[in-house]
Amino acid sequence: MSALLTITDVSKSFGGVQAVSQVDLEVERGELLSVIGPNGAGKTSLLNMISGFYHPDRGAIVFDGEDITREAPSRIAAHGVARTFQNIALFKGMSVLDNLMLGRHVRMRSGVLASVVYWGLAQKEEVAHRRRVEDVIDFLKIQDLRRRPTGSLPYGRQKRVELGRALALEPKLLLLDEPMGGMNQEEKEDMARFILDVNEEWGTTIILIEHDMGVVMDISDRVAVLDMGQKIAEGTPDEVRAKPRVIKAYLGERKPRAAAREPIHERG
Amino acid sequence: MGDWQFFALLMSNGILIGLMYSLIALGFVLVYKATDAINFAQGEFVMISGFVVAVALGAWGAPLWVAVAAGLAGMVGFGFGLERVMLRRLIGRPIIAVVMATIGLAAVLRGFGPLVWGADTKALALPIRDEPIVLGPLFIPPIQLLGATVSIVFLGAFGWFFLRSRKGIAMRAVADSQQVAMAMGINVERYFALAWAMTGVVSALGGIVWGNLLGVDVHLSLVGLKVFPVVILGGLDSIPGAIIGGLVIGVVENVAAGYIDPFVGGGTKDFAPYVVMILVLMFRPYGIFGKKIIERV
Repeated sequence: MSALLTITDVSKSFGGVQAVSQVDLEVERGELLSVIGPNGAGKTSLLNMISGFYHPDRGAIVFDGEDITREAPSRIAAHGVARTFQNIALFKGMSVLDNLMLGRHVRMRSGVLASVVYWGLAQKEEVAHRRRVEDVIDFLKIQDLRRRPTGSLPYGRQKRVELGRALALEPKLLLLDEPMGGMNQEEKEDMARFILDVNEEWGTTIILIEHDMGVVMDISDRVAVLDMGQKIAEGTPDEVRAKPRVIKAYLGERKPRAAAREPIHERG
Repeated sequence: MGDWQFFALLMSNGILIGLMYSLIALGFVLVYKATDAINFAQGEFVMISGFVVAVALGAWGAPLWVAVAAGLAGMVGFGFGLERVMLRRLIGRPIIAVVMATIGLAAVLRGFGPLVWGADTKALALPIRDEPIVLGPLFIPPIQLLGATVSIVFLGAFGWFFLRSRKGIAMRAVADSQQVAMAMGINVERYFALAWAMTGVVSALGGIVWGNLLGVDVHLSLVGLKVFPVVILGGLDSIPGAIIGGLVIGVVENVAAGYIDPFVGGGTKDFAPYVVMILVLMFRPYGIFGKKIIERV
């Protein structure tokens, strides 16, 4: 079977800044692919192009056999692409339940008028959607939070609810932009567990952007590395870890010594 | 008439008129909430609807329900059309662009109404009595009672829509963050259009009630000026704010007029609400229920 997502020769610049440059990337069905790279490497820009917030200057993005390069974000969501955001993007005044039900939006059929006129039908539909949402609530173990306004929840819980809202959409492809950013170790472990379970038990294809290398190397099937908008490496965690360019671009940032030793690696 | 009786009369009048302000303010809030646009033409929407209904009743001799339906349908269509033709192009532009566009629209509508339907003041007759209903110490004009009832029903209906219905919750999501709403698969532009259409409904009702009370001519658009004190007091994006703001402004202007007008010879009604507005802007700029955001213009 062909790949679920095929990104071909995609470039995007903002003003004079080349955010993403000639990136090719394939994501297989059921895969958990991580995208890593230093700050400003173009990871989030790439994600924003997949979900339609930016359209590439050149190149093509094909999802599940359909060209979505220039489609609107709402259409792409309807194709089955869900995402979370780097900064928590919950609707803060609303309850956890309302947030999760909004995740069902693309699956809801009745229109504005119909939902007023066919009161009964809308109610019936609502019950079906609630079932899926309850599954997500059970899965994420947030049963006690249903009625709480999301703004009042602790940070880690908000991140979990945001994952839940994306899951409520029943996505074929789930885009996670730093789901563990700002979390403590325990929260990170919980989140990593949930992401793995979504991938393994529900078979959802996932693209993960994450800075915690331990987590990335632990849970990813494959890793793609971006630097200055270009893809500089791709492969299994072990393959990627061993590539000199990755060590230079990535570890070199924080540990200048590793960068200094880089030529030795290249020869070896 | 005793002092307390006079006061009760001013209060009851203020509350009823205030609810009618709330209804028009609701139209303003709906648009601001969903689309972030400040509609300076709210009063002109009310005026246009007043013209349509008054002309349908008077010149065409249509039955009441046809005239009301024409007013509602006309304003909903107008709201949809306005969003599609003019405002959609302004999405993403600086807020001042939308403000200027609606101010321009207001001027165009003030010219358009009298141009098409004539500048004379038209009566908008409704089949209700003129004599006030006497309720103990209170004298209640039936039109005010009708206006207040319509306001309560629609404020309740819109409240239900936003709090309970899926579409209303989706609309709040659009208001909260257009980007995130899009990621949920919500067609943001459709909800913009819906917000303008809902404003059309509210304006049509306001036009009928206020048109009956004041008569229909270009001055009917001045009721729109009362919207600003109401929404600044209540909070630009809050439906409860529109209700409370309307009530407070209605009561303030009536009570102030009742006690101050005899000494200054009138006009208190027109400036009292703005005194409240300026005080609110000085001490609580986001209003009673508004979101505490710093507007960067």
